[in-house]
Parts: sequence; structure tokens; C-alpha cells
Amino acid sequence: MAPERRWRSPEMLKHVFAAMALSTVLLAPVLVRAADEIPLPRQEWSFEGVFGTYDLASLQRGFQVYKEVCSVCHPVKHLYFRNLAEIGYNEDEVKAIAAGYQVTDGPNDEGQMYQRPGRPSDPVPGPFPNDQAARAANNGALPPDQSLIVKARPGGPNYVYAILTGYKEAPEGFKMLEGMNYNEFFAGHQIAMPPPLSDNSVTFADGTPATVPQMAHDVTSFLTWAAEPNLDDRHRIGFKVIMFLIVAAGVFYAAKRKIWAPIH
Amino acid sequence: MADTRPGATARIIRWIDYRLPFVQFLNHELNEYPTPRNLSYWWNFGSLSGIMLVVMIVTGIMLATQYTPSADLAFDSVERIMRDVNYGWLLRYLHMNGGSMFFAIVYIHLFRGLYYGSYKTPRELLWIIGVIILLLLVATAFMGYVLPWGQMSYWAATVITNLFSAIPVIGPGIVTFLWGGFTVGDPTLHRFYALHYLLPFVIVAIVLLHLVALHRHGSNNPLGIDQKGPQDTIPFHPYYTIKDLFGLTVFLLIYAFFVFYAPNFLGEPDNYIPANPMQTPNHIVPEWYLLPYYAILRSITFPILFISSKLAGVILAFSSIFILFFLPWLDTSPVRSARFRPIYKRVFWLLVIDVIALGWVGANPPEGIVVTVGQIATLYYFIHMLILFPLIGKLERPLPLPSSISAAVQSGGARLSGAGAPLAKP
Ligand code: HEC
Ligand code: HEM
Repeated sequence: MAPERRWRSPEMLKHVFAAMALSTVLLAPVLVRAADEIPLPRQEWSFEGVFGTYDLASLQRGFQVYKEVCSVCHPVKHLYFRNLAEIGYNEDEVKAIAAGYQVTDGPNDEGQMYQRPGRPSDPVPGPFPNDQAARAANNGALPPDQSLIVKARPGGPNYVYAILTGYKEAPEGFKMLEGMNYNEFFAGHQIAMPPPLSDNSVTFADGTPATVPQMAHDVTSFLTWAAEPNLDDRHRIGFKVIMFLIVAAGVFYAAKRKIWAPIH
Repeated sequence: MADTRPGATARIIRWIDYRLPFVQFLNHELNEYPTPRNLSYWWNFGSLSGIMLVVMIVTGIMLATQYTPSADLAFDSVERIMRDVNYGWLLRYLHMNGGSMFFAIVYIHLFRGLYYGSYKTPRELLWIIGVIILLLLVATAFMGYVLPWGQMSYWAATVITNLFSAIPVIGPGIVTFLWGGFTVGDPTLHRFYALHYLLPFVIVAIVLLHLVALHRHGSNNPLGIDQKGPQDTIPFHPYYTIKDLFGLTVFLLIYAFFVFYAPNFLGEPDNYIPANPMQTPNHIVPEWYLLPYYAILRSITFPILFISSKLAGVILAFSSIFILFFLPWLDTSPVRSARFRPIYKRVFWLLVIDVIALGWVGANPPEGIVVTVGQIATLYYFIHMLILFPLIGKLERPLPLPSSISAAVQSGGARLSGAGAPLAKP
């Protein structure tokens, strides 16, 4: 019998479990501490789990919300127009979207910078020429780049969704600073961003009702894609790799048993 | 058509071996190499470390072909790798999670050594070389973490390099020298990149020494007793090649799970925010594998005699690794394996728990109970090393050792298969 005389010392295992149990006890305070903040409500995301993929219709609606609402303040620095082909726009649509923006190019032969319509190879231009201009327009606060925001916050998509839907009346006696807004989920509860969404902020071409939760869901999906455009590939390849490894592990285990048989 | 007469290759090999005994060397060290027949799966972690070193170097060099080490461009260049380079996301996630996997393996490997007394005669140098590898690994990973130039990269670099300012008189000068300026900046990033590229190759060289030392006396084993003859050993190939291969596949499953399904789980979200010298993050934390040292560093909240609390923390954090160099002499027990050491066998797990507790302390802001736990755990770590190791060895009454590996393994006296009878080298 092969496996294995070392398990004959179940003590070793017992100790491992004891150590694990103890460390759980030790780690519990971490979890407890997180709990005195309001926990983020968990949303259903199509891209979660081993088989998760992006829902292209939702991403396109989300792009519309970004373009019509958020882009007034937030850039998406790492996105190029050409990337939009990955969320289901065809070549002509991508060209048309890009052409709807003016981008600065140059210098031309006279040494002047000039404006021209965007092309698919251009990065999506942001609303402000620099951070100072962005702050000046936003009461001193800087609207952060959104192309990585989902990966740059603990809680990821659930956090962004929670921020977008977490605006409330400040509770009785809560001191609000000038120009700030009360948000349940923002650290310190005072956020410089005014509530960006209200019902029917946008009109979806596919007829989906533009409620705040719907728009928040769609734009968060879009921003998740913007932060992690290769997620679909990653999940798909990962599944194959893991299946392959499971089979290989089985084969090698059998081979190991066979080779070791005379020794045991 | 190539010459396929039997013996052609063999003749070439013989010609080469006569002049440069390379194949002979490989055959001796990887094929015939007599290995204790009773190694458990805890012995897989050595070869796994070696494989991870290769994975890190290969993915690292591929990343390096696309990465730009300048403060203005580093963050964006990593994002370009993630988005525009074919399978760049895969390379980057392999390298990023590979660092964590590497440390997990090395730590298990190290604690395996602690449990089975692998640092004792005649393996003291083997152990010391291992500790040197750990030091280099910590330095390499720390500098690698700075390269993507996110918020945590920047602030970890600032906090850690600032530690040197605790050294009296010359400290501030050293810090400026390390930075190549008056803050962490472009020159710092350049030199960290240069060193991050260099150190892994230094590690390769030292790993080779580690292997030379290992093969001098062969592996220790769960019984901790010496090989007494051919009946105690089996050739490395095919027995341990297949066992290592199986272990590797299981390890790759875990690694793949992180890379493909939780690639950022072990990382800090803050590192997806570009470095900003004007804005300090709320909590500056290192990667998980450095948390215990970080905890020790911060545990000294009071000056000790004329040593400032900061300097004392730095000294202790470094000592926590340096002390391992002396372990072969701190442990006074003549018996290697904890299996035959009734007291040490239990006390060992206190050290494991202690290190996990230190990790927890390092992950949390140093307030209230966290500080107290950190101080107790730090104190315990050094008590364990400096007092318990020498003391237990003296007080403990070891269980009787088996007369030989084969006697312990095959109580029925089964026969060893003829496959490649081990060599008894003079
Ligand atoms: C009127 C300008 C404006 C608009 C429009 C706007 N934001 Fe913001 N946003 C801001 C500002 C300013 C901040 C910085 C808030 C702060 O630091 O207090 C911010 C911060 C954020 C944050 C980060 C919160 C954090 O944890 O730091 C997220 C996420 C966000 N906005 C999402 C959105 C989304 C999604 C939209 C579109 C639906 C949007 N914003 C529209 C101005 C705006
Ligand atoms: C001992 C082996 C090594 C270890 C432990 C290691 C560790 C790390 C770590 C922890 C990071 C940060 C990952 C992140 O957060 O993004 C990193 C980044 C990097 N490493 Fe290594 N590394 C090793 C070898 C190498 C080698 C040999 C090279 C090649 C020359 C290399 C090139 C890079 C580059 C270019 C980056 C920046 C890109 C990125 O951040 O993903 N590494 N390394």
C-alpha cells in the first residue's frame, strides 16, 4: 500500500489543524474590525466565478453612462477607442464614436497644435487638460482616473456600485463641509462627488429602463472591463489549464504509485 | 538523413564526457543520486523552490522586454503590458503571484528544516547558504514590488529605505545614497530595477552551492538518522523524479488558481493607483510574506538604553533572519528529527503560530491590542530561538532512534527492487 507511512503520524496533521484553528482565532479580529464599517452590499456580477464572462449589452450601456455622465469629470486614461471593439462595437461604430471626440494633435508643419476628430488608435481624451484644472472645476477634489478604479479599491465592483447608490441625507448632527455630499460607503462619509446618477440620466437605446441601480450596475460593469479587459480570456484559458493539470496530477499520481509499488 | 546507427549518440557522449564529464555529472547527481527511501511530501518543496526560481527568471525577463524603469512611465508601461502585449496579463500575473508562491514554498521548506533538524551536523553550511538565499529573496522581492510604481510601491520603498536613517551619524547619508537623491524618485527606481534584474542570478549561483552542499551528504529524512548503506537509499530517478513531478502538478494547480481566478487577491488595491509623493496611503503594508518582519520592526515602541526605538526595531527585524545562521549551534539536541523529540515536537508549533501572529500584527495598524500582541510575539520569537532551542536540547529525553532507515521503513524485511542499486561511494 502506497499512501503513505508518514500519514501514520496523524499527530503531524493534528498539529497542522490546531495551528490553522488558532490562526483563524487570531485573524478573526481583522474580520470583526472590517464589520464596524457598513458592509458592502454584494451584487450579482456576470463576470464573477470560474465561468464568469462580461455581459456585452451591459458593458455597452455602461459605456453610454460613462460617456454621457461620468466623463464630464473622470478620465479613462488607459482606454483607447480601438478597445471598444472588444465590447461588441463594430469597426464603423468605433470610428463613429472616436470621430465624435476632438483630440489635440500636432505640431503641424507650421509648428502649431491643432484639433482633429478622434481615430480608433487614439486614447479616449479626458475632460481636463491637467489635474489642476480638474481640481479647480471640482471644488478642490480630484476626480480619479476611472480605468483602474475597480481594481484600485477594496471591494472592487461592489464598492463602486455602493458609492454610486450610497447617497443619503446626512444624519442629524453630522457636520458636513462646504460642497460635500453624504455617502454611506465613502470613508468618512463626505465625498466631493455630487450624486452623479438620477433616474433617466440617460436613455438606453435598447429600451432598458434607466433606473439608478440599473445605470450603476451597467457603468460598474463597464469600469470593471476597463480595469481588466482580459478577464474573459483569463477565465477561459484558466479553465483549460486547470483541467489539464487535474488530469496530469491523476496520471502522475498513478505513475508514482506504480513506480513505488516495489519499495513499499 | 541523420545517422541513426545505434551507439552514435553514446559515442558522442563518451567523447565529450572524457573531456568534460557533464553527462556523467548529471547522471550521478540527478539519476543515480542515492536518496533516503523514506522522504515525505515535505521534501518536495526544495525542488519546487528551484522551479519557481526558473519561472520567475523566465517571466521576469519577458516582462523586462516591455517594462520602462522611469518614474513617469513605469506605471503606464506595466498597464501596457497588461493590455496591449500579447498574453502580457498572463506574464505579469504569473510573475506577481509567482513571488507569493515562491515565498510560500520557501517558508514551508524552511519550517520543514526546523521540524526535522536539517540544519544539524553535517548540514550547517547547507542551512547557512539557505538563509543567505532567503535574505537575497527578500531583497529581490522588495525591489520588484517597487517596479510597478504604484502607491504601495512608492511608499513601501520610502518606509523601508528610511529605516537606514535610524543608524546614528551616517544613517541620513546612507539614505540619500540609496535614493540617489533627496526622496525616492527616478534614480531609486533605476537602481532598484538594475538590482532586481541582477539578484536572481546571484541567487541561482548560490542555489548551486546549496545543491553542492546538499549532495555532499545527501538529504536528511523524516527520521533524521544517517544513511547507513545501500539498503537505506533509492536512486533519485525514477522514484523522486516522479514524486516531485506529481507534487509539482499539485502546486501548479494552486498557482494557476491564483493566476487565473484571483490574480489580485494577494496584492494591495492601492498599487493600482499611480505613485503619488504628495499623498500617503492610510495603511502602508508590505506584501504578506514580509509582514512578520514588519511586525517586529514596529514592535519596539520605546528606546532601549541609548538605542532609539526605530533603530532597535530595525536591528531586531534583521536579527530575526540573522539569528537563523546560528541555529545549528543554538539547538543543543543531538537528535535531528522532532519525531523523536517529545518536547520540541510540540514547541515547534508555537513558533509556527508565533510567526502567523506576527503576520497578523504586521497587517494591522499598530494600535491597541495589535501592539501588545506584536510585542509578545516578538519577544517569544527571540526567546524561542535564544532560550528554548538551547534549553530543550538539554532537558529533553529523546525517544530511542531506529537502528536504520530501512529497519524503520520495512519492518517486514521486504526486498528492495533491483532498479539501479545505489552506489556506495568511498
Ligand atoms: C461633477 C463631477 C463628477 C461626475 C459627473 C462624476 N464624478 Fe465621480 N468623482 C468626482 C470627484 C470630485 C471625486 C473625488 C471624491 C473625493 O475624493 O471626495 C469622484 C470620485 C469617484 C469615485 C472614487 C471614490 C473613492 O473611493 O475615492 C468613483 C468610484 C466615482 N467617482 C465614480 C463615478 C462614476 C461611475 C460616475 C458616473 C456615473 C461619476 N463618478 C461621475 C466627480 C464626479
Ligand atoms: C527571485 C526571483 C524574483 C522575484 C521573487 C521577483 C519578484 C517580483 C515582484 C514581487 C514584483 C512586483 C510584481 C507586481 O506587483 O507587479 C516584480 C516585478 C518585476 N520583475 Fe521580478 N522577481 C524575480 C525575478 C525577476 C527577474 C529575473 C526579472 C528579469 C529581469 C524580473 C523582472 C521584473 C519586472 C520587469 C517587474 C515589473 C513588472 C511588474 O511589476 O509586473 N524579475 N518582481
